[in-house]
Amino acid sequence: MKELTFPFDGRQLMRRRRAIRNQLLSDGSTRIKKKIAVLAGSTADDVVKALELFLLDAGIEPEFRITEYNRFYESAVFGDPELEEFAPDIVYIHTTSRNLTLLPQSPAETQERTEELLKEQSEIFRQIWTGAAERFGCPVIQNNFELPLFRRTGNWDGWGAAGQSAFIQRMNVMVSDYARSHSSFYVNDISYLSAAVGLEKWHDPQVWYLYKYAMSLEVIPDLAYSIAGIIKSIYGRNKKVIALDLDNTLWGGVIGDDGQEGIDLGQETAAGQSFCELQSFLKGYKDMGVLLTVCSKNEQENALLGLEHPESILRPEDFAAVKANWEPKDRNLAATAEELGLLTGSFVFVDDNPAECAIVEAQLPDVTAVRAESVKDTMYTLSRGGWFEVTSLTEDDLRRSEQYAANAKRNAQQKQFADYGEYLRSLDMEAEIGEFLPVQLSRITQLTNKSNQFNVTTKRYTLQEMEAVSRDSSRIAICGRLRDRFGDNGIVSVVIGRCEGDTLHVELWLMSCRVLKRDMELAMLDELAGRCRNRGISRIVGYYYKTPKNAMVSELFGSFGFTRESLSENGDSVWSLSLAGYEEKNKVIRIKENSYA
Amino acid sequence: MHKNEVIERLNDIFRDVFGDDSITVNEATTSDDIEDWDSIEHINLIGAVEDEFGLRFRMREVSGMKNVGEMIDIICERGTK
Repeated sequence: MKELTFPFDGRQLMRRRRAIRNQLLSDGSTRIKKKIAVLAGSTADDVVKALELFLLDAGIEPEFRITEYNRFYESAVFGDPELEEFAPDIVYIHTTSRNLTLLPQSPAETQERTEELLKEQSEIFRQIWTGAAERFGCPVIQNNFELPLFRRTGNWDGWGAAGQSAFIQRMNVMVSDYARSHSSFYVNDISYLSAAVGLEKWHDPQVWYLYKYAMSLEVIPDLAYSIAGIIKSIYGRNKKVIALDLDNTLWGGVIGDDGQEGIDLGQETAAGQSFCELQSFLKGYKDMGVLLTVCSKNEQENALLGLEHPESILRPEDFAAVKANWEPKDRNLAATAEELGLLTGSFVFVDDNPAECAIVEAQLPDVTAVRAESVKDTMYTLSRGGWFEVTSLTEDDLRRSEQYAANAKRNAQQKQFADYGEYLRSLDMEAEIGEFLPVQLSRITQLTNKSNQFNVTTKRYTLQEMEAVSRDSSRIAICGRLRDRFGDNGIVSVVIGRCEGDTLHVELWLMSCRVLKRDMELAMLDELAGRCRNRGISRIVGYYYKTPKNAMVSELFGSFGFTRESLSENGDSVWSLSLAGYEEKNKVIRIKENSYA
Repeated sequence: MHKNEVIERLNDIFRDVFGDDSITVNEATTSDDIEDWDSIEHINLIGAVEDEFGLRFRMREVSGMKNVGEMIDIICERGTK
């Protein structure tokens, strides 16, 4: 919903909250349900109300439990039976500098004393985090700390031994250090957020005195949006692609009119410098695994001419797809999505022309359109949009663009083969299939939480749950990695089943759409069947739970030779396969032996 | 600012905040008259009224207002938009 996408009008949002909530709840979309515990160091009611809207909009239906005001320490450290029974999926620790009870109170405090206070204050928070991790075993989101508005000692407050701003900044370093060394712990950076909206606007002592809100009512939606970004990312709701217009978006001027030497790009002019900075900003997204594509009304050759500008930081090979033609942009986006095997919902579209943004928003409501009125607008909107929150960065992310480029090469090759089987054999594919290794858990969880299309149950797991699955002796859990002559696709498929007597119930079967139609699913089935036989299991039961996105696997079990046992009215189905006389189905992928020994 | 205009705009705010288009407030309306008007929703209401009329209630006023009439008087006196 556009009202719930950055930049939004927070005041209107809170005023019309009930109406917006009703609208979201009655839009007929299916949502995953998540339980969120809020350990509150100050009043959190409005934070939770705003957060609910943003999460509902992202396909997550939250249920909240808020601890009593200022019981965050006790709840985490000494326990809270009610909260433990609630069994949250996420814990959000809503604390701020108001909860730094050991802030040096006097500028006359000695350096030694301040060091003690800092140590003790850090220890209090570490206890909370350890307690929360042990008691709830789920992802924890922790606010860091905002700078104060009032500085008794002026600039000294930011660096002096007993300066409060200095103390807060050192606490923030401690929080980040902790986050980097503990998985499933995420920092909600209110130090940045309060600075971005302005400390004058962020702080409102009156609402603290009146209602114990630690920030102004006005910025609460901003705070909630930031938390929502982290939660969305944990559950795989990040966007995956930035589709970029060219003229007056990636450079100044119109390449078709001004020519390569006439556009603003490069260090010679102020405008040229600004576009260089933007391009280098965007290139960083590519490095963290976001795909860049071009969606421009241009002649293809002119588009390439611009990208081949000697000062252009983004080069043609940085883009996973280039669509430069005169077709409507929504159609081009849809075509790009199909080529990349992605849904249009994973696209952010950036264009300086409000009319193009409008048509895309109207035709493809799940695409997020960013109006690039200036370089600053583009960079700031992408910064605050929350579409590319990093909650884990795996090696696969860092290689993703290469993988898609390799895919494009494969597709080009495909055309020379008359017979698809011949093509598959020519790919020289090799798979490694085995149990989950600890180093793979992060990637497996990430893949599991973002796969929507080739996914029979769309069951989601947190890192801890995945870890538990990998250790559970009543489960068979395997993942598969696929290499071919063009590159390493990384881990592309995950299958989890629960053993019950002589039967295996398939709880999860998913595959990355990058490797569709490569028979990888057959290799996975062979491996699964083998492992079942070794454990004396003679029958596999498969479940298909229909979602708006997973139609492509509605007949997956059927294609494997399973028999359909039942079909519900809602489209869900149950399948079974007897393993007696099972014959291996994969003929084109070489299986690397003993790869996990 | 005229009382009638203030009441009209207040009505819109109440309807938005409590999500109920049947609400009509007058000077005698109190939190007892509106089902969802609890201490938490009161904070939202105050915030929305402050935004709408461009004023800031004083702390004493926030906790001391007895009915909508008192709110209207303050708005008439100090409202800027």
